[in-house]
Amino acid sequence: MIAVVDYRAGNLTSVKKALDHLCVDAIVTRDPAVVLQADKIILPGVGHFSATAVLEQTGLRTSILSRIKNGVPFLGICVGMQWMFESSAESPDTPGLGLFAGACGRFPQSVKSPHVGWNSLTCHEDSRLLREIPSGSFVYFTHSYSAPVVKATVARCEYGGEFSAAVEQDNLFGVQFHPEKSGALGLKLLENFCRL
Amino acid sequence: MLTKRIIACLDVAAGRVVKGVQFEQLRDAGDPAELAAAHSQAGADEVVLLDISATHEKRSTLVDTVRRTAKQLFIPFTVGGGIRSLEDAIAVFEAGADKISINSAAIADPFLITRIAERYGSQAVIVAIDAKRIKGEARFEAYVSGGRKPTDHDAIGWAREAEERGAGEILLTSMDRDGTGAGFDCELTCACSEAVRIPVIASGGGGDKQSFIDVFQNGRADAALAASIFHFGLHRLADLKQELRSAGIPVRWPC
Repeated sequence: MIAVVDYRAGNLTSVKKALDHLCVDAIVTRDPAVVLQADKIILPGVGHFSATAVLEQTGLRTSILSRIKNGVPFLGICVGMQWMFESSAESPDTPGLGLFAGACGRFPQSVKSPHVGWNSLTCHEDSRLLREIPSGSFVYFTHSYSAPVVKATVARCEYGGEFSAAVEQDNLFGVQFHPEKSGALGLKLLENFCRL
Repeated sequence: MLTKRIIACLDVAAGRVVKGVQFEQLRDAGDPAELAAAHSQAGADEVVLLDISATHEKRSTLVDTVRRTAKQLFIPFTVGGGIRSLEDAIAVFEAGADKISINSAAIADPFLITRIAERYGSQAVIVAIDAKRIKGEARFEAYVSGGRKPTDHDAIGWAREAEERGAGEILLTSMDRDGTGAGFDCELTCACSEAVRIPVIASGGGGDKQSFIDVFQNGRADAALAASIFHFGLHRLADLKQELRSAGIPVRWPC
Protein backbone atom coordinates (compact mmCIF):
# COMPACT_ATOMS: atom_id res chain seq x y z
CA MET A 1 0.00 0.00 0.00
CA ILE A 2 1.19 3.51 -0.87
CA ALA A 3 0.56 6.21 1.70
CA VAL A 4 -0.14 9.63 0.20
CA VAL A 5 0.63 11.94 3.10
CA ASP A 6 -1.96 14.62 3.75
CA TYR A 7 -0.49 17.55 5.62
CA ARG A 8 -3.23 19.98 4.68
CA ALA A 9 -1.12 21.72 2.05
CA GLY A 10 -3.19 22.22 -1.02
CA ASN A 11 -4.79 19.59 -3.08
CA LEU A 12 -4.26 15.87 -2.88
CA THR A 13 -7.06 14.82 -5.17
CA SER A 14 -4.96 14.88 -8.31
CA VAL A 15 -2.19 12.61 -7.01
CA LYS A 16 -4.72 10.09 -5.69
CA LYS A 17 -6.63 10.28 -8.96
CA ALA A 18 -3.50 9.50 -10.98
CA LEU A 19 -2.72 6.51 -8.73
CA ASP A 20 -6.32 5.31 -9.11
CA HIS A 21 -5.91 5.58 -12.86
CA LEU A 22 -2.81 3.36 -12.60
CA CYS A 23 -4.83 0.90 -10.47
CA VAL A 24 -2.43 1.30 -7.56
CA ASP A 25 -3.52 0.62 -3.99
CA ALA A 26 -3.09 4.01 -2.34
CA ILE A 27 -4.52 5.69 0.71
CA VAL A 28 -4.59 9.39 1.56
CA THR A 29 -3.72 9.69 5.24
CA ARG A 30 -2.63 12.07 7.96
CA ASP A 31 -2.19 9.24 10.47
CA PRO A 32 1.45 8.53 11.44
CA ALA A 33 0.49 4.92 12.27
CA VAL A 34 -0.77 4.33 8.73
CA VAL A 35 2.46 5.80 7.31
CA LEU A 36 4.40 3.29 9.44
CA GLN A 37 2.57 0.46 7.63
CA ALA A 38 3.16 1.79 4.11
CA ASP A 39 5.27 0.02 1.47
CA LYS A 40 5.87 3.32 -0.27
CA ILE A 41 5.28 6.94 0.68
CA ILE A 42 4.36 9.90 -1.49
CA LEU A 43 4.53 13.40 -0.07
CA PRO A 44 2.72 15.73 -2.46
CA GLY A 45 2.46 19.40 -1.89
CA VAL A 46 1.68 22.65 -3.43
CA GLY A 47 1.67 25.82 -1.43
CA HIS A 48 3.97 27.24 1.18
CA PHE A 49 7.10 25.60 2.64
CA SER A 50 5.91 26.55 6.13
CA ALA A 51 3.03 24.08 5.71
CA THR A 52 5.55 21.28 6.21
CA ALA A 53 5.76 22.33 9.89
CA VAL A 54 2.55 20.32 10.31
CA LEU A 55 4.56 17.17 9.58
CA GLU A 56 6.66 17.82 12.67
CA GLN A 57 3.72 18.74 14.90
CA THR A 58 1.65 15.70 13.98
CA GLY A 59 4.38 13.08 14.29
CA LEU A 60 4.33 12.41 10.56
CA ARG A 61 7.96 13.51 10.20
CA THR A 62 9.09 10.83 12.67
CA SER A 63 7.04 8.13 10.90
CA ILE A 64 8.36 9.15 7.48
CA LEU A 65 12.00 9.17 8.67
CA SER A 66 11.55 5.79 10.31
CA ARG A 67 10.18 4.26 7.09
CA ILE A 68 12.90 5.89 5.01
CA LYS A 69 15.54 4.31 7.33
CA ASN A 70 13.91 0.94 6.69
CA GLY A 71 14.45 1.40 2.97
CA VAL A 72 10.88 2.20 1.97
CA PRO A 73 10.77 4.20 -1.30
CA PHE A 74 9.82 7.81 -0.70
CA LEU A 75 8.71 10.30 -3.36
CA GLY A 76 8.42 14.01 -2.60
CA ILE A 77 6.55 16.14 -5.12
CA CYS A 78 7.04 19.93 -5.46
CA VAL A 79 7.19 21.32 -1.90
CA GLY A 80 7.45 17.65 -0.87
CA MET A 81 10.77 17.46 -2.72
CA GLN A 82 11.96 20.82 -1.37
CA TRP A 83 11.32 19.48 2.14
CA MET A 84 13.96 16.77 1.47
CA PHE A 85 16.60 19.54 1.39
CA GLU A 86 17.89 21.41 4.45
CA SER A 87 15.66 24.48 4.26
CA SER A 88 13.93 27.00 2.03
CA ALA A 89 14.20 30.77 1.80
CA GLU A 90 10.39 30.73 1.67
CA SER A 91 10.29 29.92 5.38
CA PRO A 92 13.79 30.01 6.90
CA ASP A 93 12.58 28.95 10.35
CA THR A 94 11.01 25.71 9.09
CA PRO A 95 13.64 22.97 8.87
CA GLY A 96 13.60 20.49 6.01
CA LEU A 97 14.55 16.85 6.36
CA GLY A 98 18.14 17.54 5.29
CA LEU A 99 18.36 14.35 3.23
CA PHE A 100 20.08 16.42 0.55
CA ALA A 101 22.48 19.29 1.18
CA GLY A 102 21.51 22.83 0.33
CA ALA A 103 18.68 25.28 0.65
CA CYS A 104 15.85 26.08 -1.76
CA GLY A 105 15.92 29.62 -3.08
CA ARG A 106 13.76 32.09 -4.95
CA PHE A 107 14.03 32.64 -8.70
CA PRO A 108 16.10 35.65 -9.76
CA GLN A 109 14.34 38.93 -10.62
CA SER A 110 15.18 38.42 -14.29
CA VAL A 111 12.38 35.87 -14.74
CA LYS A 112 8.69 35.85 -13.88
CA SER A 113 7.70 34.03 -10.75
CA PRO A 114 6.03 31.59 -10.20
CA HIS A 115 7.60 29.41 -12.89
CA VAL A 116 4.38 28.11 -14.42
CA GLY A 117 4.06 25.82 -17.39
CA TRP A 118 5.72 23.04 -19.35
CA ASN A 119 9.50 23.03 -19.31
CA SER A 120 11.99 20.48 -20.59
CA LEU A 121 14.18 18.13 -18.59
CA THR A 122 17.83 17.24 -18.99
CA CYS A 123 17.95 13.72 -17.59
CA HIS A 124 20.57 11.28 -16.35
CA GLU A 125 20.32 7.98 -18.14
CA ASP A 126 20.63 5.71 -15.12
CA SER A 127 17.64 7.00 -13.16
CA ARG A 128 15.09 4.38 -12.11
CA LEU A 129 12.43 7.02 -11.57
CA LEU A 130 12.91 8.44 -15.09
CA ARG A 131 13.02 5.11 -16.90
CA GLU A 132 11.72 5.62 -20.47
CA ILE A 133 11.46 9.38 -19.91
CA PRO A 134 14.07 10.82 -22.27
CA SER A 135 15.95 14.08 -21.99
CA GLY A 136 13.99 16.86 -23.62
CA SER A 137 10.67 15.62 -22.24
CA PHE A 138 8.25 18.34 -21.17
CA VAL A 139 6.68 18.30 -17.72
CA TYR A 140 4.45 20.72 -15.84
CA PHE A 141 5.94 23.02 -13.19
CA THR A 142 4.34 25.53 -10.88
CA HIS A 143 6.59 26.93 -8.12
CA SER A 144 8.30 30.08 -6.86
CA TYR A 145 11.25 28.40 -5.11
CA SER A 146 13.60 25.75 -6.38
CA ALA A 147 16.24 23.33 -5.12
CA PRO A 148 19.89 23.53 -6.16
CA VAL A 149 21.56 20.98 -8.41
CA VAL A 150 23.22 18.41 -6.12
CA LYS A 151 24.96 15.05 -6.48
CA ALA A 152 21.60 13.26 -6.31
CA THR A 153 20.12 15.36 -9.14
CA VAL A 154 18.94 13.10 -11.98
CA ALA A 155 17.08 15.74 -13.99
CA ARG A 156 17.88 19.41 -14.35
CA CYS A 157 15.70 22.23 -15.62
CA GLU A 158 16.58 25.72 -16.77
CA TYR A 159 14.66 28.80 -15.65
CA GLY A 160 16.68 31.83 -14.60
CA GLY A 161 19.51 29.33 -13.98
CA GLU A 162 19.61 25.59 -13.47
CA PHE A 163 17.78 23.84 -10.66
CA SER A 164 16.96 20.27 -9.60
CA ALA A 165 13.90 18.96 -11.41
CA ALA A 166 14.36 15.45 -10.03
CA VAL A 167 16.57 13.88 -7.38
CA GLU A 168 17.23 10.23 -6.70
CA GLN A 169 19.44 8.41 -4.23
CA ASP A 170 18.82 4.85 -3.03
CA ASN A 171 15.21 4.82 -1.83
CA LEU A 172 14.83 8.60 -1.95
CA PHE A 173 13.12 10.29 -4.88
CA GLY A 174 11.90 13.81 -5.45
CA VAL A 175 10.42 15.79 -8.33
CA GLN A 176 9.90 19.54 -8.50
CA PHE A 177 7.34 19.22 -11.28
CA HIS A 178 3.90 17.64 -11.05
CA PRO A 179 3.86 14.14 -12.56
CA GLU A 180 0.12 13.93 -11.86
CA LYS A 181 -0.34 16.94 -14.19
CA SER A 182 2.27 16.10 -16.83
CA GLY A 183 0.17 13.96 -19.11
CA ALA A 184 1.28 10.50 -20.23
CA LEU A 185 4.94 11.05 -19.26
CA GLY A 186 3.99 12.05 -15.75
CA LEU A 187 1.85 8.95 -15.36
CA LYS A 188 4.82 6.92 -16.60
CA LEU A 189 6.99 8.39 -13.85
CA LEU A 190 4.42 7.55 -11.18
CA GLU A 191 4.18 4.05 -12.59
CA ASN A 192 7.98 3.73 -12.41
CA PHE A 193 7.85 4.70 -8.74
CA CYS A 194 4.98 2.35 -7.96
CA ARG A 195 6.85 -0.55 -9.57
CA LEU A 196 10.09 -0.10 -7.62
CA MET B 1 13.12 26.18 -21.98
CA LEU B 2 9.77 27.23 -20.55
CA THR B 3 7.20 26.88 -23.32
CA LYS B 4 4.27 29.10 -24.24
CA ARG B 5 0.99 27.44 -23.34
CA ILE B 6 -2.09 26.93 -25.47
CA ILE B 7 -5.05 26.65 -23.15
CA ALA B 8 -8.34 25.17 -24.32
CA CYS B 9 -11.47 26.75 -22.87
CA LEU B 10 -14.78 24.92 -22.58
CA ASP B 11 -17.87 27.01 -21.88
CA VAL B 12 -20.26 24.97 -19.77
CA ALA B 13 -23.89 25.55 -18.87
CA ALA B 14 -25.95 23.16 -16.76
CA GLY B 15 -23.33 20.45 -17.09
CA ARG B 16 -22.97 20.54 -20.87
CA VAL B 17 -20.45 22.23 -23.12
CA VAL B 18 -22.20 24.92 -25.11
CA LYS B 19 -21.32 26.85 -28.16
CA GLY B 20 -22.70 30.27 -28.72
CA VAL B 21 -22.14 33.36 -30.72
CA GLN B 22 -21.34 36.13 -28.23
CA PHE B 23 -23.16 34.29 -25.46
CA GLU B 24 -26.36 34.03 -27.45
CA GLN B 25 -28.04 31.19 -29.30
CA LEU B 26 -26.37 28.61 -27.08
CA ARG B 27 -26.23 25.15 -28.58
CA ASP B 28 -25.43 21.88 -26.85
CA ALA B 29 -22.01 20.74 -27.98
CA GLY B 30 -21.16 17.76 -25.86
CA ASP B 31 -19.96 16.29 -22.63
CA PRO B 32 -17.31 18.30 -20.73
CA ALA B 33 -15.38 15.23 -19.53
CA GLU B 34 -15.12 13.77 -23.02
CA LEU B 35 -14.23 17.06 -24.67
CA ALA B 36 -11.62 17.92 -22.03
CA ALA B 37 -9.94 14.53 -22.55
CA ALA B 38 -10.06 15.02 -26.33
CA HIS B 39 -8.38 18.41 -26.01
CA SER B 40 -5.69 16.94 -23.81
CA GLN B 41 -5.06 14.20 -26.38
CA ALA B 42 -4.91 16.77 -29.15
CA GLY B 43 -2.11 18.68 -27.45
CA ALA B 44 -3.74 21.35 -25.31
CA ASP B 45 -1.40 22.32 -22.48
CA GLU B 46 -4.21 23.06 -20.05
CA VAL B 47 -7.97 22.98 -19.91
CA VAL B 48 -10.21 25.72 -18.52
CA LEU B 49 -13.82 24.99 -17.79
CA LEU B 50 -15.88 28.12 -17.59
CA ASP B 51 -19.37 27.89 -16.15
CA ILE B 52 -21.60 30.35 -17.93
CA SER B 53 -24.89 29.12 -16.46
CA ALA B 54 -27.18 32.04 -16.08
CA THR B 55 -28.74 31.01 -12.79
CA HIS B 56 -27.62 29.65 -9.48
CA GLU B 57 -29.86 26.57 -9.82
CA LYS B 58 -28.23 25.56 -13.05
CA ARG B 59 -24.85 26.16 -11.51
CA SER B 60 -25.40 23.55 -8.82
CA THR B 61 -24.31 20.90 -11.31
CA LEU B 62 -20.87 22.48 -11.56
CA VAL B 63 -19.18 20.47 -8.82
CA ASP B 64 -20.37 17.22 -10.34
CA THR B 65 -19.19 18.31 -13.79
CA VAL B 66 -15.77 19.23 -12.36
CA ARG B 67 -15.46 15.86 -10.65
CA ARG B 68 -16.31 13.92 -13.80
CA THR B 69 -14.01 16.05 -15.96
CA ALA B 70 -11.06 15.91 -13.55
CA LYS B 71 -11.22 12.14 -13.23
CA GLN B 72 -9.58 11.38 -16.57
CA LEU B 73 -7.61 14.59 -17.05
CA PHE B 74 -3.88 14.55 -16.25
CA ILE B 75 -2.94 18.06 -17.33
CA PRO B 76 -3.65 21.27 -15.39
CA PHE B 77 -7.33 21.97 -14.98
CA THR B 78 -8.82 25.37 -14.12
CA VAL B 79 -12.43 26.09 -13.22
CA GLY B 80 -14.05 29.50 -13.37
CA GLY B 81 -17.45 31.11 -13.38
CA GLY B 82 -19.66 31.68 -10.39
CA ILE B 83 -17.04 31.20 -7.67
CA ARG B 84 -18.08 33.79 -5.09
CA SER B 85 -16.56 32.62 -1.81
CA LEU B 86 -13.84 30.51 -0.24
CA GLU B 87 -16.48 27.81 0.26
CA ASP B 88 -17.32 27.78 -3.47
CA ALA B 89 -13.60 27.50 -4.21
CA ILE B 90 -13.07 24.66 -1.73
CA ALA B 91 -15.91 22.67 -3.31
CA VAL B 92 -14.38 23.04 -6.76
CA PHE B 93 -10.85 22.17 -5.57
CA GLU B 94 -12.12 19.12 -3.72
CA ALA B 95 -13.84 18.01 -6.90
CA GLY B 96 -10.46 17.99 -8.65
CA ALA B 97 -9.67 21.46 -9.99
CA ASP B 98 -6.01 22.51 -9.81
CA LYS B 99 -6.72 26.21 -10.11
CA ILE B 100 -9.75 28.44 -9.86
CA SER B 101 -10.41 31.61 -11.75
CA ILE B 102 -12.27 34.48 -10.13
CA ASN B 103 -13.42 37.72 -11.69
CA SER B 104 -16.44 39.66 -10.32
CA ALA B 105 -16.02 38.17 -6.85
CA ALA B 106 -12.41 39.38 -6.66
CA ILE B 107 -13.44 42.93 -7.52
CA ALA B 108 -16.28 42.84 -4.99
CA ASP B 109 -14.04 41.39 -2.29
CA PRO B 110 -10.30 41.59 -3.10
CA PHE B 111 -9.50 39.78 0.16
CA LEU B 112 -10.98 36.66 -1.42
CA ILE B 113 -7.83 36.36 -3.56
CA THR B 114 -5.67 36.26 -0.43
CA ARG B 115 -7.96 33.85 1.42
CA ILE B 116 -7.89 31.31 -1.38
CA ALA B 117 -4.14 31.80 -1.97
CA GLU B 118 -3.38 31.26 1.71
CA ARG B 119 -5.21 27.97 1.67
CA TYR B 120 -4.23 26.55 -1.73
CA GLY B 121 -1.20 28.61 -2.72
CA SER B 122 -0.93 31.44 -5.21
CA GLN B 123 -0.37 29.00 -8.07
CA ALA B 124 -3.98 27.90 -7.63
CA VAL B 125 -5.52 31.36 -7.99
CA ILE B 126 -6.10 32.99 -11.36
CA VAL B 127 -7.66 36.43 -11.41
CA ALA B 128 -9.62 36.93 -14.61
CA ILE B 129 -9.93 40.47 -15.90
CA ASP B 130 -12.31 41.54 -18.65
CA ALA B 131 -10.77 44.68 -20.07
CA LYS B 132 -12.29 47.22 -22.40
CA ARG B 133 -10.38 49.99 -24.13
CA ILE B 134 -11.35 53.50 -23.02
CA LYS B 135 -12.28 55.31 -26.24
CA GLY B 136 -9.46 57.32 -27.70
CA GLU B 137 -6.98 56.36 -24.97
CA ALA B 138 -4.34 53.72 -24.48
CA ARG B 139 -6.02 52.73 -21.22
CA PHE B 140 -8.34 49.90 -20.33
CA GLU B 141 -11.16 49.57 -17.82
CA ALA B 142 -12.00 46.34 -15.98
CA TYR B 143 -15.60 45.13 -16.32
CA VAL B 144 -17.51 42.54 -14.29
CA SER B 145 -20.71 40.49 -14.54
CA GLY B 146 -19.84 38.94 -17.85
CA GLY B 147 -18.69 42.26 -19.26
CA ARG B 148 -21.91 44.09 -18.44
CA LYS B 149 -20.73 46.35 -15.61
CA PRO B 150 -17.85 48.82 -15.68
CA THR B 151 -15.89 49.02 -12.42
CA ASP B 152 -13.82 52.20 -12.64
CA HIS B 153 -10.75 50.01 -12.09
CA ASP B 154 -7.88 50.51 -14.48
CA ALA B 155 -7.35 47.00 -15.81
CA ILE B 156 -3.56 47.11 -15.56
CA GLY B 157 -3.63 48.63 -12.07
CA TRP B 158 -6.08 45.98 -10.99
CA ALA B 159 -3.82 43.23 -12.36
CA ARG B 160 -0.98 44.64 -10.26
CA GLU B 161 -3.18 44.74 -7.18
CA ALA B 162 -4.34 41.18 -7.79
CA GLU B 163 -0.71 40.07 -7.93
CA GLU B 164 0.04 41.83 -4.64
CA ARG B 165 -2.95 40.15 -3.03
CA GLY B 166 -1.76 36.70 -4.01
CA ALA B 167 -2.91 35.89 -7.54
CA GLY B 168 -0.62 33.42 -9.32
CA GLU B 169 -1.70 34.23 -12.89
CA ILE B 170 -3.79 36.80 -14.73
CA LEU B 171 -6.33 35.72 -17.35
CA LEU B 172 -6.77 38.85 -19.42
CA THR B 173 -9.65 39.06 -21.86
CA SER B 174 -9.98 41.85 -24.36
CA MET B 175 -13.70 42.62 -24.56
CA ASP B 176 -13.12 44.62 -27.73
CA ARG B 177 -11.67 41.58 -29.48
CA ASP B 178 -13.66 38.78 -27.83
CA GLY B 179 -15.61 36.78 -30.37
CA THR B 180 -14.27 38.73 -33.33
CA GLY B 181 -11.41 36.43 -34.32
CA ALA B 182 -9.57 39.61 -35.31
CA GLY B 183 -6.52 38.76 -33.21
CA PHE B 184 -5.59 39.29 -29.58
CA ASP B 185 -5.13 42.82 -28.28
CA CYS B 186 -1.33 42.78 -28.14
CA GLU B 187 -1.10 46.30 -26.73
CA LEU B 188 -3.30 45.37 -23.76
CA THR B 189 -1.54 42.05 -23.22
CA CYS B 190 1.93 43.57 -23.41
CA ALA B 191 1.05 46.39 -21.01
CA CYS B 192 -0.21 43.87 -18.48
CA SER B 193 2.65 41.42 -18.96
CA GLU B 194 5.18 44.17 -18.33
CA ALA B 195 3.31 45.48 -15.30
CA VAL B 196 3.24 42.21 -13.34
CA ARG B 197 5.76 39.50 -12.50
CA ILE B 198 3.23 36.66 -12.72
CA PRO B 199 2.24 34.89 -15.95
CA VAL B 200 -0.39 36.53 -18.16
CA ILE B 201 -2.83 34.45 -20.20
CA ALA B 202 -4.15 36.32 -23.23
CA SER B 203 -7.76 35.79 -24.22
CA GLY B 204 -10.25 37.25 -26.67
CA GLY B 205 -9.76 37.60 -30.38
CA GLY B 206 -7.70 34.49 -31.10
CA GLY B 207 -8.25 33.57 -34.73
CA ASP B 208 -5.69 32.46 -37.26
CA LYS B 209 -2.25 31.10 -36.45
CA GLN B 210 -0.63 34.49 -36.97
CA SER B 211 -2.75 35.95 -34.16
CA PHE B 212 -1.17 33.48 -31.74
CA ILE B 213 2.33 34.19 -33.04
CA ASP B 214 1.64 37.92 -32.57
CA VAL B 215 0.38 37.63 -29.01
CA PHE B 216 3.46 35.67 -27.95
CA GLN B 217 5.96 37.84 -29.83
CA ASN B 218 4.41 41.31 -29.54
CA GLY B 219 1.97 40.82 -26.66
CA ARG B 220 4.55 39.08 -24.46
CA ALA B 221 1.87 36.63 -23.36
CA ASP B 222 2.90 33.58 -21.36
CA ALA B 223 -0.12 31.62 -22.52
CA ALA B 224 -3.02 32.06 -24.90
CA LEU B 225 -6.54 30.87 -24.33
CA ALA B 226 -8.15 29.38 -27.39
CA ALA B 227 -11.90 29.34 -27.37
CA SER B 228 -13.63 26.01 -27.48
CA ILE B 229 -13.03 23.25 -29.98
CA PHE B 230 -15.61 24.77 -32.28
CA HIS B 231 -13.76 27.96 -32.70
CA PHE B 232 -10.58 26.00 -32.92
CA GLY B 233 -10.82 22.51 -34.39
CA LEU B 234 -8.98 19.75 -32.59
CA HIS B 235 -6.88 18.87 -35.61
CA ARG B 236 -5.84 22.50 -35.86
CA LEU B 237 -4.37 22.51 -32.38
CA ALA B 238 -1.41 20.40 -33.56
CA ASP B 239 -1.08 22.55 -36.69
CA LEU B 240 -1.03 25.66 -34.54
CA LYS B 241 1.76 24.28 -32.36
CA GLN B 242 3.76 23.33 -35.44
CA GLU B 243 3.35 26.82 -36.81
CA LEU B 244 4.41 28.44 -33.53
CA ARG B 245 7.48 26.21 -33.52
CA SER B 246 8.40 27.27 -37.03
CA ALA B 247 8.14 30.88 -35.89
CA GLY B 248 10.69 30.16 -33.16
CA ILE B 249 8.20 30.20 -30.29
CA PRO B 250 8.90 27.45 -27.76
CA VAL B 251 5.97 25.05 -27.38
CA ARG B 252 5.51 21.63 -25.85
CA TRP B 253 6.14 19.30 -28.73
CA PRO B 254 5.48 16.46 -29.28
CA CYS B 255 2.64 16.61 -26.80
